[in-house]
Amino acid sequence: MSRQIVSANRLTDGLVVFRTAAGTWTERAEDARVYSVEEAEIEVAAASREGTVVVGVYAVDLEEQGSAPSRLRERIRATGPTVAYGPAAVISPRRAAGA
Amino acid sequence: MYRYDEFDHQVVRERVAEFSDQVARRLSGDLSEEQFRPLRLMNGVYLQLHAYMLRVAVPYGELTSGKMRRLAHIARVYDRGYGHFTTRQNIQFNWPKLSDIPAILRELAEVEMHAIQTSGNCIRNVTTDAFAGVAADEIEDPRPWAEVLRQWSTFHPEFTYLPRKFKIAISGGAQDRAATFFHDIGIRLVRAESGDVGFQIIVGGGMGRTPRVGRVLNGFVAKSEILSYLEAILRVYNLHGRRDNKYKARIKILVDALTLEGFRAEVDAEWDRIRGSVVEVPAEEVERIGAYFADPDWQALADNPPELAAARSRSAAFNGWVSANVMAHRVPGYAAVTVSLKPVGGIPGDATADQMDALADFADRYSLGALRVSKEQNIVLPFVRQDQLYALWQALVAEGLATANKGLISDIIACPGLDYCALANARSIPLAQMISERFSDIARQHDIGEVTLNISGCINACGHHHVGNIGILGVDKRGEESYQLVLGGDATQTAAIGDIAGPGFTAEGVVDAIETVIGVYLAQRQTGEPFIDTYRRIGLTPFKEAINAAR
Repeated sequence: MSRQIVSANRLTDGLVVFRTAAGTWTERAEDARVYSVEEAEIEVAAASREGTVVVGVYAVDLEEQGSAPSRLRERIRATGPTVAYGPAAVISPRRAAGA
Repeated sequence: MYRYDEFDHQVVRERVAEFSDQVARRLSGDLSEEQFRPLRLMNGVYLQLHAYMLRVAVPYGELTSGKMRRLAHIARVYDRGYGHFTTRQNIQFNWPKLSDIPAILRELAEVEMHAIQTSGNCIRNVTTDAFAGVAADEIEDPRPWAEVLRQWSTFHPEFTYLPRKFKIAISGGAQDRAATFFHDIGIRLVRAESGDVGFQIIVGGGMGRTPRVGRVLNGFVAKSEILSYLEAILRVYNLHGRRDNKYKARIKILVDALTLEGFRAEVDAEWDRIRGSVVEVPAEEVERIGAYFADPDWQALADNPPELAAARSRSAAFNGWVSANVMAHRVPGYAAVTVSLKPVGGIPGDATADQMDALADFADRYSLGALRVSKEQNIVLPFVRQDQLYALWQALVAEGLATANKGLISDIIACPGLDYCALANARSIPLAQMISERFSDIARQHDIGEVTLNISGCINACGHHHVGNIGILGVDKRGEESYQLVLGGDATQTAAIGDIAGPGFTAEGVVDAIETVIGVYLAQRQTGEPFIDTYRRIGLTPFKEAINAAR
């Protein structure tokens, strides 16, 4: 039986959020409520009415075992870029020069 | 560089006010997402995989130190401390809050910048050679014309809802450094036998799922008639371009459908109607705009000053950097410097706020305050005195910005890929990092010599994989990332679309395959022959055979 979580982007800052059991939104995919496909469809319809809170509500398939999304795109979306970026990713001068 | 007049300021201020109001109405719920989406796209605001993305126009890639500092400030205050320079000479911020975007646009407007027409089915930011005005091989500086085109295309009422986005590039060099054969319209300054300088117009080039080398629509259009000619092309496209299928909506498809001759007949008929009309740009206006691009006060200097020669013989690292990253300048004693944003293991085109500030300082100190964004996702300092190259290099070394790889295998062009992009099928950045690690030995890179390497994370080809000498296309193969290798692409005046070198690879596999390709090249090259010339001489087969043998 396929399981899904419900996701969207938060309107104000665009960050990825997930629907909780309390009907709120969380940035942590692991805190998302897990639905059956039928339940998720109902929840997506309900959450889509929160147009001043979130954008682009949809259901995300989970792996058969575990709680991670099944598609790579959704796993990256849930956990962020797979590469370090910004000030945390600055390459040391020595390395940058290929020395 | 060009400075806004009161009209420019007013137009941008009014747009900021309008969009700020639209954002407020979206946040309050007065506008639905469906209503708001086309409005935000007209202002460069996308919703990507993780957050909003704001694409800021850098008209024809030209920046001042003041503008660069403002971009750094925006990265620091409103984003996560960095920005990403793109193949269309723009900058993208990956994490702005929608609620902050009005403030960001106000801050940009103060330094004569905006995000207008960086998205949507309109004429996008006009791009040009990052070495415009300084390249030794230039027929004429294309920047005044890029600015004429910017003014003509900005808020052009007739071309705001084209069938699809529309990209124009203009180049003034004998060497085409603006990929004019791969734009909807490519424009090259050319000199006729009479000595007159005008424009060669190339149409229907493009990448994406239907790559096409543009074709010459008109060998010579006089400067005085350029706007009516472009207007005629856009009118024919606007009228006949397909609107029923976004994958068949670019002008290249229309040119295919009508044939070049048929398309030309339509354009010529329209041109006859509007030629010499009010559409043309008056000569005095061209002169007024041209004055903004007048030469700085050059010092009387000689090429190869003794301090440069001495430093080159003293430091092998400096010498390597000069050979790769310093380009001949049309003015004796000066040089155009490429600051690589491709450190080993780095993210192509990314710069932190601190690096942007440092680049602004170096521009003030060594380049008369001027910088350029190149389509290779690097930064160019166009006005550096040769006797100050060593001091500049030392300053760059201290900031980790002295990677000596311009035009070499680790100078990788890559789209953001699946790490950021909502359209991508596969990641680009980790692959770019793996390749630059594999080829990290700078001496080896210099031995391999000039080769372009481009990575796209989907068929939309933002990483220009079709025109890389070595190109990589990321695809989704039954839920797994797979990478196709294409070879022999060329973005210059000897334009070519690369050939697919067989079935896809894993990320590790494609890095090995590139190693194999380079091995074939090194074994087969003749003295002084760059990769692309060897490829053209021996063809795809030896490369393909070696790749398959190593699979």
